[in-house]
Amino acid sequence: MSIANHQAAVPAHAHHDDHAHDHHGPDKGWRRWVLATNHKDIGTMYLLFSLLMFFVGGTMAMVIRAELFKPGLQLVDPMFFNSMTTMHALIMIFGAVMPAFVGLANWMIPLQIGAPDMALPRMNNFSFWILPFAFSLLLGTLLVPGGAPAGGWTMYPPLSLQVGPSFPMLIFAVHLMGASSIMGAINVIVTIMNMRAPGMSLLKMPMFVWSWLITAYLLIAVMPVLAGAVTMLLTDHYFGTTFFEAAGGGDPVMFQHIFWFFGHPEVYIMILPAFGIVSEIIPTFSRKKLFGYDSMVYAIASIAFLSFIVWAHHMFTVGMPLAGQLFFMLATMLIAVPTGVKVFNWTATMFKGSLSFEPPMLFALSFLFLFTIGGFSGLMLAIVPADFQYHDTYFVVAHFHYVLVPGAVFGIMAAVYYWLPKWTGHMYDMKLAKTHFWLSTIFVNVLFFPQHFLGLAGMPRRIPDYNTQFADWNMISSIGGFGFGLSQLLFAYIVFSTIRGGVKASDNVWDEAKVHGLEWTVSSPPPYHSFETPPEVK
Amino acid sequence: MVKIVNCALAGLLASLPVHSFAAWELNMPVGVTELSRRIHALHMLIFWICVVIAIAVFGAMIYSIVKFRRSQGAVPASFDHSTRAEIIWTIIPIVILVAMAVPAAATLVRIEDTRNSDLTVKVTGYQWRWHYEYLDQKVAFFSTLARESNAARQLRSGVDPKTVTNYLLDVDHPLVVPVGKKVRVLLTAGDVIHAWWVPAFGMKKDAIPGFVNELWFRADQTGIYRGQCAELCGRDHGFMPVVVDVRSQEDYDSWLKEQQAGAPTAQAAGTAPATAE
Repeated sequence: MSIANHQAAVPAHAHHDDHAHDHHGPDKGWRRWVLATNHKDIGTMYLLFSLLMFFVGGTMAMVIRAELFKPGLQLVDPMFFNSMTTMHALIMIFGAVMPAFVGLANWMIPLQIGAPDMALPRMNNFSFWILPFAFSLLLGTLLVPGGAPAGGWTMYPPLSLQVGPSFPMLIFAVHLMGASSIMGAINVIVTIMNMRAPGMSLLKMPMFVWSWLITAYLLIAVMPVLAGAVTMLLTDHYFGTTFFEAAGGGDPVMFQHIFWFFGHPEVYIMILPAFGIVSEIIPTFSRKKLFGYDSMVYAIASIAFLSFIVWAHHMFTVGMPLAGQLFFMLATMLIAVPTGVKVFNWTATMFKGSLSFEPPMLFALSFLFLFTIGGFSGLMLAIVPADFQYHDTYFVVAHFHYVLVPGAVFGIMAAVYYWLPKWTGHMYDMKLAKTHFWLSTIFVNVLFFPQHFLGLAGMPRRIPDYNTQFADWNMISSIGGFGFGLSQLLFAYIVFSTIRGGVKASDNVWDEAKVHGLEWTVSSPPPYHSFETPPEVK
Repeated sequence: MVKIVNCALAGLLASLPVHSFAAWELNMPVGVTELSRRIHALHMLIFWICVVIAIAVFGAMIYSIVKFRRSQGAVPASFDHSTRAEIIWTIIPIVILVAMAVPAAATLVRIEDTRNSDLTVKVTGYQWRWHYEYLDQKVAFFSTLARESNAARQLRSGVDPKTVTNYLLDVDHPLVVPVGKKVRVLLTAGDVIHAWWVPAFGMKKDAIPGFVNELWFRADQTGIYRGQCAELCGRDHGFMPVVVDVRSQEDYDSWLKEQQAGAPTAQAAGTAPATAE
């Protein structure tokens, strides 16, 4: 980004140290990025990395939708198709959505709590620079004999053990991603707990900061669980253990329990920061304070707590005792309560406000409507008898894409449109951004809504070919997929052209909306080192 | 509501070619077993509850978006909480959830009751076919994707799937069961996890190597019912259909005799994959 040119914007600080070089500007050339310790630079790298992975994972989705465009196998071998679904999921989850949120955390948490930087800048550098290695390893599996992992991102044994040399690469890539996430999470917690500006008590923190604080605890709790599960896969494969093999006294279902004990909190890791973002944007463009701030915080905390006791709803068909099925059904349904509180409070924030519809607000509204649809299908999936029909069909695919694409991804896009002028000092082209919004919102529904119908009509997920009765909706869905994929090129164009230049953004970017929050008190773009003297919060 | 949506969609899409009887299907079909009908009713109940909630919530959102626009000169109010409202919209969802949980739990209890079955079939999943074994009748055979489908599904086969009847949903030897009898299915697998699913019976359960799961169904109508493996099981996961032929008791009995007498499909109770075909 163009921050390099903005030392001028730094208020003239007294040079209170004896170092010869200027401590307040970035290093020149590659050193700035490779040796980065500045939260803004690291945030930028995270966000750009995530954008790149979004397109890599998106390309794989295009392969999937192209093969499913009509019945019969036209393009790829079924094994490669399975690799595509597996890799698409791993890359979108660990490469696109999670790093995007960490990037936003890096940029915004210090600015929102009035801290000069993240608490552990060198670890911050490390946690980012692990990622390119992790994903080189993961993407490298596409080139090894036997192909990329094809057993699903859930890596259920025994199937996930039926692969060639890509197997250890997958396991170590997951270990690296986990290590990166844990370091990022530690950094977030330490920063929020220790570096808030004087006067900012916990219940005065911006909602985005709150959502990330809770997310970071989830990450620390569950990433080691995933690491343990995949390590057991590794030893089963190479060192003769039989954790997951019945013949040796193990249990393949135990892997699923351990995996989903990670997996369900992971789902909320990908949505809670989006809740935080939406809770920032809706009040801004409604010109009204967030309705029920305290209960919004408690709702996030309850969702986080519940996420630890619902994991087996991903595996109702494995044959659990009746009591177990009832418990997981009831616990899962309970999540609808705090989630409902959030949706109602966002609506109440808009009620009797004064709304305007800039791109961040448009994405936040789309999030509100479409995430709620994903919530409804989630409620339906919680009902165990009905889940016996829905499980592992396109109904599930539709459900989790509704919460992840117009949920998590739209949340990220809303955040980018909200803070991009702050980061770059340039306002983007409103018309283009609105075009991007409408294309995305229309195509995302054309893409995913018909998948509900396919699932209900009986189409299983993860199949490369299907009976002709599913042909029509698949074709519509694929058309939506191509449209959605192409629309995102516009997003990349908007982001890069805004970095390069544009109309100067004011410090208080959304002047008219009378934004609140410390990030709007610094210049646009902010000085390389902001809040060297902590601001006072009343 | 569904009818309106149906009509609207049908109208919108009328210009596109329609290939098959089930094209543009929108909802879960009602099955032919008690369980599938109960599950369907439950599915519709939750669906309509969601529709009602959606109308209320989306209605409030749309109302706010339309009514309180700055461009229309809306002036923001200053309230930022209301304990009473928040208590109300915590309690109401809890009540609705309890109302949904009660029938769901009752149906679940019924599903799990596998006692007093008339016939037990052991189903074993292999990559990529099913093995059916009639435990008390000494009949066992493999069930594999039908030849015609298998030829058409090869990469760039040049065969139009529309010309193949029951493309990917047809097998050489279907599971044959008598109508009106409670059939208990014992599920396991020989290699990786599979899942046995016939949508018309309402049930799906995983077949797990080293473990035995069970489910039951009682089909009310004769006919051929089709489903698929529903747990990713490798390269040909999409190509191991489940087909169940529900026959009258007499037809079933004569079929059984034929099998026991050594008709080509009956491989005397052999379970090893090597005995197939």
